[in-house]
Amino acid sequence: MGKVFDTSRRGFLKGAGVTAAGFTLGFHVPFAGDAQAAVTPDEINAWVVVKPDETVIIRIARVDMGQGTLTGLAQLVAEELECDWSKVKTEYPTPGESLARNRVWGNFGTAGSRGIRDSQDYVRKGGAAARMMLVQAAATEWKVPASECKASKGIVTHPASGKSLSYGQLAMAASKLEAPKDVPLKDPKDWTLAGKPVKRLDTVEKLSGKLVYSIDMKMPGMLNAAIRDTPVLGGKVKSFNASKAEAMKGVKKVMQVGDSAVAVVADTWWRAKSALEAVEIVWDEGPNGAISNDQVKAMLKEGLTAEQAFVGNQAGDVKAALASAAKVVEATYHVPWQHHVTMEPMNATALWTSDKCEVWTATQNAEAALATAADAAGLPVAKCDVYRHALGGGFGRRATSHDFVRQAVLIAKAMPGTPVKLIWSREEDMMHGWYHPTTMAKLTAGLDANGNVTGMHMRISGQSILATVNPQGLQNGKDPATFQGLNPGGAEGAFGYTTIANLLIDHAMRNPPLKAGFWRGVNNNQNAFYLECFIDEVAHAAGQDPLAFRQKMLVNSPKHLAVLNAVAQKAGWGTPAPKGVYRGLAQHMGYGSYVAACAEVSVDDKGKLTIHRIVAATDCGHAVNPQQIAAQIEGSFAYGLSAALHSEITIKGGKVQEENFDTYPALRMEEMPKVESIVMPSGGFWGGVGEPTIFVAAPAVFNAIFAATGKRIRTLPLADQDLRKA
Amino acid sequence: MIKLNINGTLHELDVEPDTPLLWAIREHAGLTGTKYGCGVAQCGACTVHVDGVAMRSCSIPVGEFKPEQKIVTIEGLSPTVTHPIQKAWLELDVPQCGYCQSGQIMAAAALLQANPKPTDEQIRSEMTNICRCGTYNRIQAAIKLAATGMAG
Ligand code: FES
Ligand code: FES
Repeated sequence: MGKVFDTSRRGFLKGAGVTAAGFTLGFHVPFAGDAQAAVTPDEINAWVVVKPDETVIIRIARVDMGQGTLTGLAQLVAEELECDWSKVKTEYPTPGESLARNRVWGNFGTAGSRGIRDSQDYVRKGGAAARMMLVQAAATEWKVPASECKASKGIVTHPASGKSLSYGQLAMAASKLEAPKDVPLKDPKDWTLAGKPVKRLDTVEKLSGKLVYSIDMKMPGMLNAAIRDTPVLGGKVKSFNASKAEAMKGVKKVMQVGDSAVAVVADTWWRAKSALEAVEIVWDEGPNGAISNDQVKAMLKEGLTAEQAFVGNQAGDVKAALASAAKVVEATYHVPWQHHVTMEPMNATALWTSDKCEVWTATQNAEAALATAADAAGLPVAKCDVYRHALGGGFGRRATSHDFVRQAVLIAKAMPGTPVKLIWSREEDMMHGWYHPTTMAKLTAGLDANGNVTGMHMRISGQSILATVNPQGLQNGKDPATFQGLNPGGAEGAFGYTTIANLLIDHAMRNPPLKAGFWRGVNNNQNAFYLECFIDEVAHAAGQDPLAFRQKMLVNSPKHLAVLNAVAQKAGWGTPAPKGVYRGLAQHMGYGSYVAACAEVSVDDKGKLTIHRIVAATDCGHAVNPQQIAAQIEGSFAYGLSAALHSEITIKGGKVQEENFDTYPALRMEEMPKVESIVMPSGGFWGGVGEPTIFVAAPAVFNAIFAATGKRIRTLPLADQDLRKA
Repeated sequence: MIKLNINGTLHELDVEPDTPLLWAIREHAGLTGTKYGCGVAQCGACTVHVDGVAMRSCSIPVGEFKPEQKIVTIEGLSPTVTHPIQKAWLELDVPQCGYCQSGQIMAAAALLQANPKPTDEQIRSEMTNICRCGTYNRIQAAIKLAATGMAG
């Protein structure tokens, strides 16, 4: 396989166990084994298996981490398959099986809100092709043309003769047929199952405690491991004393893992964790041990005015426009590091022998997990496999890196033949994240005498995710993903305010020593916060209504405008709000979808904020399951507001200071606003839904706070910033 | 040996008295529906009932329990998964990733036990478990629904 583990260009990451494998993966592995492994007789094709008892198994390559993709993808396959939805079950193939079959299931990566939009075409074709084969099998049996037969609810009928056969009866014959070459798909307007708000397929076992997450793995003879990795990025283990720990009950082994971690393996995890606390570790912290938050901020600040910067979007002559402006507005914003805090901490179970390595884990990209496992195992990919469990949250963490898989395999390798489950404590998890990057932005806008924006410069300074995760992906040093939502065009985030004739959006990359990762919404989050709060500032400076001001600037961006208008209308913008309640707006486009929100907040005399209501709209092109999209909108506000109100990771002496929910609080029900969603698919394109509405969470609320208090919050999180009226 | 009454069965477990109840339940009794989220009584993923009261099992050592105290975990709430809370959860499709939901359901069931007709304000202040997927709106609505006895 292509070695993609070269970390040499990233001195600060060396030894941190970073693998770039499998971010955007492209698992370009020329597979050398059997071209076609045996398939079961009831498999119609890679996507569809029909059992004699009429159970339909739909294979899902992408993964469900709570966002409903499993159900959505099954709906799309079943729509074309014309099967009985009540008979549908799903199954995750393994990446090893996929490679053995020439990657028949395509990409396993589930990030960037791409689960459905990137695979909808071929999964629908999988369903349609299977239906065509089942129909053909019936037609052959009856010796009639296939065009005279109909398929519906898992039964093929021949209306002229009144004959019928079920999918279960036809599966064996259908599976022997050649796959059709020309596979037409339904027009989404003819959908009867896709596009409908059906319930999720995986709920009941989440209510009974029966769903087995990877942290729940049990295997005969399995041991448990707890680990402590260097608290400072790039640090190493100098020495450790295990004598106390080794004498503790249940302890089987104390070992160094790589050059930066120490693990204890015991019969139970609690005993392993307790013993780990008794291991005395001496660290070599390396140069990052001298770095604290103030230096990081100074580094970002310097970038705000630096000469050199990568250009993301440019039009006209911004310097001249600002020089000749009647009024200039300028503001500086800042977003700190944020942690994913998946509810289920990182964990993986590994079983290693000299010719095989198997891993059970929760991953957003099983192929990347496999690449990492094989590398750590020292075995060819073909001798390894990864079995997927339900994810107790992903949010990008389980797509960014499989460092926990690497560690689990290294530990298991030291105990050949014994399965070992590695669980990170919450503290270990929080201190070894791949954090939402920290950045600052300075925005400068010029207005003419009529309050029109004639020019705008947005300078972003700070961390690049790509520089951490996949430096090979940088384009002459530039990280194009930095400009999500600020691009001149394109599905991944088009800047809507194209009426600004003179524009410059650029990025001074500054990479402080903490790993950056993909965090739900990714760079769209801070870009939308910076831009939409600033546009609000400019509207007020121009003495104009924030809605009317945006409408004027979005005239060339009808889809951006449509979602904005939808939330304004539903929220009652322009009509009086309840007493003491104030409104704020934001809009943004990213991951293929157009989103907007209107927040309603109040702030009492003591400065206490209440977020009463959020009205949020999304135009995701085609909506596969409006009910699940509504759930994603609700959830994205909980996640986005949690960060906006509470989340900040800081470092002191190179060490992350926040270790658990007591120092890194999460939004709880008491603070959760009522979220009213507007799902308004306009058709003709496929946008994501797992992330986009998070973009507008912070700016809508902070603009409403300004309306309520006259205070402009330009730094996240809100935490204890004083909101009492100025 | 520590004796614990879990879901109506008396377990004799070879576990040190300072082990948190959570880990005795998960690793010694083998019931993994109760989840680990923080270990410091912050998140509620580990919520179980002890004599009908919701408790965060990660932060109580097993040595403090007497065999006659009745511990109920998510597995023991309803053998048919038809507790009014579970029915309401199903009807409103509450779970996303589901990881926090054992704890949410146990907390909600205890809340209804103590207060069969809670107001929205009471639900919002009583339900302090963390859900990172953000299912709070639906949890709130589902508790209201369960309180009406009309779910499912
Ligand atoms: S695990 Fe017990 S409260 Fe979080
Ligand atoms: S459903 Fe995922 S944490 Fe609550």
